[in-house]
Amino acid sequence: MDLEGYSELSSDQLIDIYRKMVTLRLFDAKICELFAKGLLPGFIHTQEGHEAVAVGICTALRKDDYVVTTHRNTGHCILRDAPLNSLMAELFAKETGCCKGRGGQLQLTDFDRGILSISIVGSGIPLATGIGLSVKLRNTDQVVVCFFGDGASNTGQFHESLNMAALWKLPVIFVCENNLYAMSVPVSKSTSVKDIANRAVAYDIPGMVVDGMDVCAVFEAAQKAVERARKKEGPTLIECKTYRFGGHFYGDDWKLYRSEEEVEKWKKKDPINKFKTKLIDLGVLTEEKVKAIDQEVTREIEEAVKFASESPALTVEEAMKYVYER
Amino acid sequence: MKKTTYIGAFQEALREEMSRDERIFLLGEDIGIYGGGFKETAGLFQEFGEKRVIDTPISENSFVGIGVGAALSGMRPVVFLMFADLLPLACEQIVNEAAKMRFVSAGKMSVPIVIVPIIMQGFSAGITHAQSLISWCIHIPGVKTVVPSTPYDVKGLMKTAVRDNDPVIFHLHAALFGVEGLIPEEEYFIPFGKADIKREGEDVTVVAISSMVSRAIKAAEELAKQGISVEVVDPRTLIPFDKETIKSSVQKTRRLVIAETDCKTGGVGAEIAAIVAEEAFDSLDAPIRRVACLDMPPPFSPVLEKHMIPDENRIIKAIKEVI
Repeated sequence: MDLEGYSELSSDQLIDIYRKMVTLRLFDAKICELFAKGLLPGFIHTQEGHEAVAVGICTALRKDDYVVTTHRNTGHCILRDAPLNSLMAELFAKETGCCKGRGGQLQLTDFDRGILSISIVGSGIPLATGIGLSVKLRNTDQVVVCFFGDGASNTGQFHESLNMAALWKLPVIFVCENNLYAMSVPVSKSTSVKDIANRAVAYDIPGMVVDGMDVCAVFEAAQKAVERARKKEGPTLIECKTYRFGGHFYGDDWKLYRSEEEVEKWKKKDPINKFKTKLIDLGVLTEEKVKAIDQEVTREIEEAVKFASESPALTVEEAMKYVYER
Repeated sequence: MKKTTYIGAFQEALREEMSRDERIFLLGEDIGIYGGGFKETAGLFQEFGEKRVIDTPISENSFVGIGVGAALSGMRPVVFLMFADLLPLACEQIVNEAAKMRFVSAGKMSVPIVIVPIIMQGFSAGITHAQSLISWCIHIPGVKTVVPSTPYDVKGLMKTAVRDNDPVIFHLHAALFGVEGLIPEEEYFIPFGKADIKREGEDVTVVAISSMVSRAIKAAEELAKQGISVEVVDPRTLIPFDKETIKSSVQKTRRLVIAETDCKTGGVGAEIAAIVAEEAFDSLDAPIRRVACLDMPPPFSPVLEKHMIPDENRIIKAIKEVI
């Protein structure tokens, strides 16, 4: 691992990045546990394994930037500073949730904080591009990050939108989280290119292949793309090679389409362990500090669970309230 | 009052609103220097420039989605679909995205977008360029549906549409583009959810949609000569829908015929008939009749297409069946 991209970051910032990755991991682990106990309705899609991508990209953003994400979104919401309480309450389908129980995990959204989840694969891409057009027309220097998976890179919306984003030089950073599977279908059986980043060539924009298990590498790539976007030079396609440690959704019978050996092989590249080891080697972190962070984050998550489970259940009086403005 | 055409009134609404509000911009195929496939945006590119009138590549699904994204983040786009037949290409972004944003965010997000499909019915444009898909649009909670039939209505409704904070599908009918009518010199608005009685009558109510309004009026004029008094009601917006005006008209006439531009099965007429049957059944002295396009793809042949689309004779026939 190379820390080049972090040269300007202080120890505190490095620890903060570590802490964020841990928060994402523990939050996902907790919601799987709650779901398994039958406490959360619907379906759960987690990001375990993707943390370096989420943190590496979002660390390069400003508060007033936008992030459009997918059904695999918990970490992105946390990184945009959506309060854990309101995220957890949403998963519990409570009035105190960030979508007042209208969204659930698939649509976990807090647009006041610039985070929008879109659960139809590929459909966030035009929306992010449209937000990019809005930024251009409003003449601000905000940027838009659009997360999507390898599967979405095969949709027409991906290609149509990259064409327009490139044509109009929109400040959009297209981040493909290539975790090798679109639900059960491997990229080798769905995707004509080895590197999805190569598809950037078709639109005459920069395409980068990045080790998605290396938060430094992702951050470095994100900084370059953000700088280009802020300078109004146009979009970038970043492909982060990553892996989801869990199934497509919690309870997915993933052994049907991938081997335990393959999963174990990827778990050895765990982005959090890798970063932790590096920071300990550098003397930025200690085992005690690691333990303290774990405990602190666990406590925050437990508080969110308490808040969510104690929030009153939704009542039906306002069921129709938000269909139209009036 | 001044004389203008249906499309002229539409453009006047856009011109007034774009001059007032810089957040409004237009997006679509060939709407720039070309002025639109049917001259629906003629002159606007020259007046407002390339930042406000943006030609898109042929990517309907994504440019509607781009409109939705822009609407989410501070802009107020008007997005053109050169043919209503292109609606299916953009359905994902309309049905799954635009329609849901306010709801899923519990009111924090809104999508002030107007989508303008053009119905090219009656020009031998054939199976994929002549469909009327209005009834598809009323089955999407979260989206409003507007069906203007006159120059006066098109201007007043469009000005309301661009100021509305929900997604609006604004169906223009190409057969009406050249129709002339009077509009006020001064600014005016027509609220959504307010039907207009286009002609008063006593014996039968005809609820007519879009290009069927003028045909229903012609039918009424013809039947007046035979002593039958026809009331023609134009709902103008289907979502929201003015049930009360239609119900009170039926309470007066006790008979209902519905004339629409879509095909019959699962159409707008089916919905209106169901509303009246559910809520005003006791007012009816005769069965409800629907006059709609035949359940078939729009044929290329002018003979066949004319056969498919209802004319005033079919409306007259339906009225006579219930009198």
